[in-house]
This record gives sequence, C-alpha cells and structure tokens, in this order.
Amino acid sequence: MLRYALKRLLSLFLSLAVASLVIFLVVEVAPGDPASFMLGVNAQPDTIAALRAELGLDQGKLARYLTWAAGMLSGDFGTSYTYRTPVAGMIADRLWVSLPLALYALTLSTLIAFPAGIYAAARRGKPGDMAVMGATQLGVAVPNFWFAMMLVLIFAINLRWFGAGGFPGWDAGLLSGLHALTLPAIALALPQAAILTRVMRSALLDILGEDFMRTARAKGLTRRQALWRHGVRNALIPVLTIIGLQFSFLLAGAIIIEQVFYLPGLGRLVFQAISSRDLIVVESVVMLLVFAVITVNFLVDLAYALVDPRLRSRT
Amino acid sequence: MTRNLILGTALSSMVLLAAAVSFLWTPFDHAAMNIPAKLQTPNAQHWLGTDHFGRDLMSMIMVGARTSIAVALVAVGIGMGAGVPLGLAAAARKGSWLDELIMRGNDLVFAFPSLVIAILITAVLGAGAVNAIIAIGIFNIPVFARITRGAALSLWEREFILAARVAGKGAARISAEHILPNVMNLLIVQGTIQFSLGILAEAGLSYVGLGAQPPTPSWGRMLADAQTMVSFAPHLALVPGMAIILTVLGLNLLGDGLRDYLDPKLRVARA
Repeated sequence: MLRYALKRLLSLFLSLAVASLVIFLVVEVAPGDPASFMLGVNAQPDTIAALRAELGLDQGKLARYLTWAAGMLSGDFGTSYTYRTPVAGMIADRLWVSLPLALYALTLSTLIAFPAGIYAAARRGKPGDMAVMGATQLGVAVPNFWFAMMLVLIFAINLRWFGAGGFPGWDAGLLSGLHALTLPAIALALPQAAILTRVMRSALLDILGEDFMRTARAKGLTRRQALWRHGVRNALIPVLTIIGLQFSFLLAGAIIIEQVFYLPGLGRLVFQAISSRDLIVVESVVMLLVFAVITVNFLVDLAYALVDPRLRSRT
Repeated sequence: MTRNLILGTALSSMVLLAAAVSFLWTPFDHAAMNIPAKLQTPNAQHWLGTDHFGRDLMSMIMVGARTSIAVALVAVGIGMGAGVPLGLAAAARKGSWLDELIMRGNDLVFAFPSLVIAILITAVLGAGAVNAIIAIGIFNIPVFARITRGAALSLWEREFILAARVAGKGAARISAEHILPNVMNLLIVQGTIQFSLGILAEAGLSYVGLGAQPPTPSWGRMLADAQTMVSFAPHLALVPGMAIILTVLGLNLLGDGLRDYLDPKLRVARA
C-alpha cells in the first residue's frame, strides 16, 4: 500500500508540474504586454520599462516560471497587475464563497441522488423507476445557469423567499450566508444529482446480480433488507469515486452560477481579471482549479485502493 | 426501434431542420429591430414573441441553432479526429512508452475542465465562437482517445485480429481496416453524447461572454440578455432555455437509443 501511495504521489507531483508549465506557457503566448496595458497608450517607454522591472516581466521566461512555481509552493501567488495586492489573498477571499458553494451543492446532490438511486434500483422496470430515470434524463439536459434563472424568477422575484443575488458575507452570520447560497447551490446540484442518481442505480443493479446478494436472500433477508445491508454498502465504492470527481466540476461550474447570482466568488474574480488582462490572476485561478481536480483524483484513487486491495497491484 | 430512438430522432431532426431552414427562410429577419413591437409574448405574428429590441425570437432561435450545432459539431470533429487515432495507436502498442505517454497526456487534459480551457484561451486569444470550439474540442480529445483505446484493447485479443497479423498486416493497417470499423458504433454513440454536451458547453460559454460574440446569434447569449428582464418578460429566458433543453434531451435520447439499437448485447444486459 505504501509503495502504491508513493508511486501515485510521485505522479501527482509530476502532473502538477506539467500542468503548471502548460498553463504558464499558454498564458505566456498571450499578445499584449501587461505593463503597457496598465499604463495606457500615452505611457513613456521608460515608465513602461520601470513597471516591467517592478512586475518582474523583464526576466527570462524560465526564471519567471520558476519564480511563479516556487512562489506557489510557499503560498505566494505573486502580485496582481491591476490591484497591486497579493493574488493569494484575493483568491482566498473569493474561495470563501466558491468553496462553500461547491460543498453545499455536493451535499445537496448526494442527499437527492442516494434515495432516488436506491428507490429506482429497488423498483427496476416499474413506473417509479421510469419516473426517476425520466427525471434524470431531463436533469442532465437542463443547463444549470438557466435553471438558476428560473429559481430566481420563482423563489426570489415571485415568492420572495430568497434574495435574487449577492452575498452578505460570512460576517453577517452562518445562516444568512447559507441562505444566500441556497438557490445557487440547488442550481449547481441539479445536473450533478441526475448523474449521481444514474450511477447509484446502475451500481446497485450490478450488485443485485452478485452471488453474495443471493446468499443474503437465501439466509432469510427480505429484498429490502438485503438491498440496504449488502447492496448499498457495496455500491458506495463507485458512487464515492463519482462524488470525488464531481467536486472539481462543481468548483468549476460555480464560476458560471456565480454570474447568475452576482456572487463575489472565483468566477467574478477570473472574469474581471480577463477583461483587465490581469494574467497572473487568471493563471493562478486556473492553476488552483486544476490543482483541485488532480488532487481530488489522487485522493479518490488512494481511497479506492484502501477499500479494494486488488487495485493496488494495477499500476 | 425503441421509444428512445424514435423520440430522440424526432427531436434532433427538428433542431437540424430548423437550422437548415434558417439559411433559406426565417419568419422575420433575425437581426431586424422593431422597437414598437418589443417584448411581445408569443402571438399569431411572432410565434415565440419578441425581445427588448422587438426582434423575432423564433427567427433568433432558428439562426442560433446554427451556431450551437456548428460549434458542437466541429468540437466533436476535433475530439474524434485527434482522439481516435491516439486511442488506436495506444491500443496497438499497449504498455509501451507511446501508450503511457498518450494516456498520461489524456489524464492531464482531463484535469482541465472545458470551462477552464475556455477561460485560458479567452485570456490569451479573446472571446469568440472559434475559441469556444477549440476549448470544447480539446476537452473532447481524451474522451474519444480513452473510449477508443478501451474498445480496441479487447479487439486486439480476438482471433480475427490474429488472423490478420498472420496474414502479414502491420499494426497501423490492422487498426484502420479491422479495429476502427468495429469500434465505429461505440464512437457514433459517444459522438452523439459529446455533441449534446458540446451544445450545453457552448450555451454556458456564450452566457458568460466567452463564446459567440454579437452579432452572431446564440442561445446562450440570448439567455444572458434575458437575465435582467426575466422578472417582467420571462418568455425571453423560457424560449432559449427550452430550445437548449429539447436539443440536449433529443441528442441524449438518440445516443441511448442508438446504443441499444446498434448493440443488441447491451440491450439484453441492461434489461
């Protein structure tokens, strides 16, 4: 197990290193010099040169990559070109909105998908199953930002149960913060819940055909007892994998949903940064998202190997 | 023919037809403003109503379908064009450094969700439909590479491949003549699914302003325009939303139906 974990850890670092290099190189080819963009068209060449030196833009590409990468390792993401504040601080502020939103949505989608998937599997082929499967077909077809607009229309504008957008900040209290994130989280959770329901159902159906399920029935358990005691527990392995993968998609998906609700999260930050050509912020947010995806995949792989020893010998 | 296949074919052809007809005829000029007729709800003259500039929504939806289909189709093309040969090569040289390189490269691309790729590309090249295509297309490559490799690996164990090898055919020729035709069904099904995901992705990118730019009509941007007016003109959001949902639903049903239709074994296994 330790050998496997070390091997995976090594490939984790390798992936992160390559990903950071790719991001850096892609942003490097961007036309336009941040320094001349910041100073406007009338800037004197020596002013631009001075700013370039201050931002560290006059160094070679390799030196700048190494500075950036080494800085990130120690939590220093560099300084924003436009705001002149540390990028790490800006990201941390926004992360306090995006991360809780993604976690909230993940909780909701799990809470919906587990009962729905188990219900559908237990009633395979019956009207209840067909209704759930029909609902999931619809769920994956609905764009989440459109669903978000409909939620605003119904629950914020007509019923006035929620605000139509904005975020009071966690200082206003945990409850009001969660209240503001509820509609965005529902919108974000819906398509993920539809996918997760399907995974839960098919994982359960696979397991229902296993020998140990027949044994469970043979020793006198009812269908329902066998399903809950042996089926659900075994189906959890593939389902947890998908939940792990979904988290990173939720974090990225939050970027679009934040636009609907005017939430001050990573999405707003990255779009502002794009329009002001604050490339170091774009670079860092993208790196953070990619880091989240790679790391969650790594953790899921590790958890998987912990649960199922057969997988350790695979790589 | 299953119910999925019939319903999926019907919905998908409706959208394709609307896009095709829009080249020859739309009820109104999709870009023509007519302020006196603004914000009309669906009526006899404007079947789906008008927007805040009095433009006919039906015409905009029809022309917008072209954008959605074009972006998603080319993105699937990029994914297949690059992903399938990579998958075939990886399977033909299973376990070699080439296989390892291709699969690790795939893992790396998978770490960049299409939205993240789009953000990167937009930051560098600016927003636009072409850049949206590139972003969605790049994300499609590992999807097709993985599915091709998986299916091809099991085919390489089969006797008819052994026979082809005995006959003296090389790996490249076997891949093209024997493996590819046998994974085609799988690729068509996956292509349909990626096509529907591409339509969703295009809508999302256009909604946040990273996709098609004015004056190119796009369902996602229609939704972005509708956002501030949804309280007094909900049809502005309902119409493009339903267009997206019906298209994606139709393509997904088509994909499911095709899978059952093309692979009778699966039909038994799934029943």
